[in-house]
Amino acid sequence: MIEVRDLKKSFGTHSILDGVSFRIEKGESVVIIGRSGGGKSVLLKLLIGLLQPDAGQVLIEGENIVPMNERELLHVRRKFGMLFQSAALFDSMSVAENVGFAFRRERSLPKEEIREKVAEMLEMVDLPGTEDKKPSELSGGMRKRVGLARAIIYQPQIVLYDEPTTGLDPIVSDSIDKLILRVRDRFDVTTVVVTHDMRSARRLGQRIMMLHNQKIYATGTPDEIFNSQDPVVRQFVEGVSDPKELRF
Amino acid sequence: MNFWGNKWMAEWLEGLGRITLLAKESIASLLTFKVAWRDLIYQIYFVGVNSQSVVLITGAFTGMVLAAQTYLQFHKVKMDTATLAVVSVSMCSELGPVLTGLMVAGRVGAAIAAELGTMRVTEQIDALRTLATHPVDYLVVPRLLALHISLPLLTAESIAVGIGAGYLVGVYFYGIDPTYLWYNMLRYTAVAEVIVGLIKGLIFGGIVALIGCYKGLSCGEGAEGVGRATTEAVVYASITILISNFFLTLSLGQIFHTL
Repeated sequence: MIEVRDLKKSFGTHSILDGVSFRIEKGESVVIIGRSGGGKSVLLKLLIGLLQPDAGQVLIEGENIVPMNERELLHVRRKFGMLFQSAALFDSMSVAENVGFAFRRERSLPKEEIREKVAEMLEMVDLPGTEDKKPSELSGGMRKRVGLARAIIYQPQIVLYDEPTTGLDPIVSDSIDKLILRVRDRFDVTTVVVTHDMRSARRLGQRIMMLHNQKIYATGTPDEIFNSQDPVVRQFVEGVSDPKELRF
Repeated sequence: MNFWGNKWMAEWLEGLGRITLLAKESIASLLTFKVAWRDLIYQIYFVGVNSQSVVLITGAFTGMVLAAQTYLQFHKVKMDTATLAVVSVSMCSELGPVLTGLMVAGRVGAAIAAELGTMRVTEQIDALRTLATHPVDYLVVPRLLALHISLPLLTAESIAVGIGAGYLVGVYFYGIDPTYLWYNMLRYTAVAEVIVGLIKGLIFGGIVALIGCYKGLSCGEGAEGVGRATTEAVVYASITILISNFFLTLSLGQIFHTL
């Protein structure tokens, strides 16, 4: 479904990714972990063509999207839904306008049908009756839910989550995790989650990949990663700043 | 040229190239006829209706000052009744479009850069792209069209108000004969001069929209980036209007024989 080959990306002289390669199968749920500023969000944006790599290939269903221009990429992006770290809701629009944006733009459905779909999606993300609210009236968790409803309304094949639980309290984080699992199971989508929340990583991932030193440093099932004896992986899993504090 | 000079020149050329590409993309988008009419109408309202007070005040006081200055000089050579003709020709071909362009650059160009810049730093433009929407189709084209439509109309309004204000100053403040004042104004103002003013308004509209959108879409990170983009949008649009006005005066003057 998604294949990345020898991907390289740098900003100025600062190298972010240096030869990243992996493959994600259809319907798989993959979590990418790594330290803040390590290039996880950049990698996610490269997958959907929001950024251009310096070298390498990104294949979506066998089609290399790297040489495509913005208009060609629009067709590929119909396969994707993406939840941004800040939810990135359009602040000039209401919740209903945000969620139904894709259909309103395409004018492919009658207004009544769009309204029904929006209500159905908001019901699914546990926010029924919020259609007329503005993003500024919503809490952080609610904004993420609306962002997710907007991302999945046209039932994409792949959903990308950029730090879905960052900045949320543990209870709201838990509800967002459950929502991600619900979306995955209901729509049978390929899920890619970028996070440094290890609790979320364990729950959401069928496979976890760790990005370290501009490369995929480790990959494995959640159990393999959480039981790894590698000091770099252990340090991240246990969340200790001093390697001497590690328990093996 | 030293290092800083080369760097500045390279950045300037790069910016020019990017704006040209943005213009090309906008024209391509226009040709697909996928304009969001609702957004276009809102933008026309924002650009046109909300700029009324600025344009009216600028036009009126420019016409008044011009009438006063012209009268004070012409009175010495007993040419009082030619006062409004000077006001009219100046307002039509130069002051009307340029001052309207500058005012709209300050009000609308800044607002466009700030809005698009904020959308960029809060990832709303990336969100737009993930929803299979081209930012040029959705954000740039309605603004570009709105300014192309609104600025000539605002220019016409500014010209009319300027002439009207000049007439009032001439007749009621300096006591010039209104019949000869009006007659000379009509005699020396050619239709071509009005057309030149409107064409300039059309072009200045494109300049304000493209520079505002470009600065917003390419703005740096954070509040500082948005602030800088907003300032640069106003400064660059204003300078471009002033410089291009000289060349437009020469070229349109040749075409319409107004020089």
